Amino acid sequence: MNSIWNALSWFGQSAQWSGPDGIPSRLFEHVWYSLLAFAITVLVALPLGLVLGHLRRGKPAAVAGFLVLSSANAARALPTLGLLILAVVLTSIGDLVPILIPLIALAIPPVLVNTYAGVQQVEAGLRDAAEGMGMTGRQVLLRVELPVAMPLVLLGLRTALIQIISTATIAAIVGLGGLGRYIIDGYARQEYDSMAGGALLVIALAVLTQLFFAAVYRLTVSPGVRSITATT
Amino acid sequence: MTPALAAELGGEPLFRWSYVRDNLDGPIWESLSEHLVLSFTPVLLGLLIALPLGLACARWTRLYPPVLAATSVLYAVPAIGLFVVFVAFTGLTYTTVIVPLSLYTLSVLVPSVVDGLRSVPEHVRQSAVAMGFGPLRRLVRVELPISLPVVMAGLRVATVANISLVSVGALIGIGGLGQLMITGMKWPGGNYPTPIIVAIVLIVALAVVADLVLLLVQRLLTPWQRAGRGARRAARRERAARLEEAR
Repeated sequence: MNSIWNALSWFGQSAQWSGPDGIPSRLFEHVWYSLLAFAITVLVALPLGLVLGHLRRGKPAAVAGFLVLSSANAARALPTLGLLILAVVLTSIGDLVPILIPLIALAIPPVLVNTYAGVQQVEAGLRDAAEGMGMTGRQVLLRVELPVAMPLVLLGLRTALIQIISTATIAAIVGLGGLGRYIIDGYARQEYDSMAGGALLVIALAVLTQLFFAAVYRLTVSPGVRSITATT
Repeated sequence: MTPALAAELGGEPLFRWSYVRDNLDGPIWESLSEHLVLSFTPVLLGLLIALPLGLACARWTRLYPPVLAATSVLYAVPAIGLFVVFVAFTGLTYTTVIVPLSLYTLSVLVPSVVDGLRSVPEHVRQSAVAMGFGPLRRLVRVELPISLPVVMAGLRVATVANISLVSVGALIGIGGLGQLMITGMKWPGGNYPTPIIVAIVLIVALAVVADLVLLLVQRLLTPWQRAGRGARRAARRERAARLEEAR
């Protein structure tokens, strides 16, 4: 217990607030790497999940559903640390790219699965009504299916971003900057204060992300959809 | 092994069987057994706490929203962060990894238990009451068995997630198979992918086996689900046959 209070005094030292190893620059690094990986993840997984969920009948839809679900299971079973270390040991292209690949690969499944499931579970009656009103496939997807699937889509995005933030911390062991440096370097130097400081910062960042998505939920999920899914 | 791969790693093959042969009884076996302890103890502890907590949340519904909020925030906290914070309380011991992983298991399982109990149809509950089942007997003989598939789904997710999360503990020196990954990275002669691959393969294999075992347990514990499926299939066949006749 005492060691946690000691760690809080670590935040008070002026050395922690300036220079390349200071909290502001480490925090900036962490947020920058995380948002970079998150942006690529979203660009790949969101459109793919929307389109695959929209296809509902026939063989391609069944194959897509199977592949999406197994990707989620595989991502849950694969150890992040192992993939990070393996990617860095096996490649030699720059410093950042081999680290970003596992980061993105493990964040794609939650976005893909939730988007896919959200769109796929839209009531058939709603879709029929939209088509009956003369909407094209694209309009049905973007103006009916996406808004109704929004709670699940946001859940997938939140899971992915939090996972990226957490994996980026672990990636300090293969040389990535960011808040994980305090934990890895602190462990190497046997300085618990620095480790605990880094851990508390990462936890705060994750909780802030959670709160951010709660706010986005309020702004983007239509009140009509919210009342149905209020329990989830 | 193959020359092309060997060239990329500066002469080191991607996989050396000799490493597995030489270390099977030593580091590989030790880290595997540590991994088993570190990943299954939290599953058991989490289940033991989640069951009564979930029951309480289903019984007193006002308790559920705050518990749900707490578990979802908890689930968002990165494992490495919790491991490091727990070092302050329990030092560099197994407990430091087991307690946070139990908390994760808990935060997956409590909603599963509540959803499972809510999936019990009202008429089934009332039939049980009408048959003279008291609250405890109704819970054990009717409600828990019916909620089993939902609870087991949560248990499978938590177990697989735990098995892969344990390796993160290697960053504080308590990581089961994760230790082999660090070994491969910090090998004195440079990059050594073999231990890393051994660790990843064993972790994935462990996750797959644990998942299948839980699925099997679920099938054994819920024979009526299979009976129901068979009966439904038979009914469908019968309906189809009748349609044929009508035509």
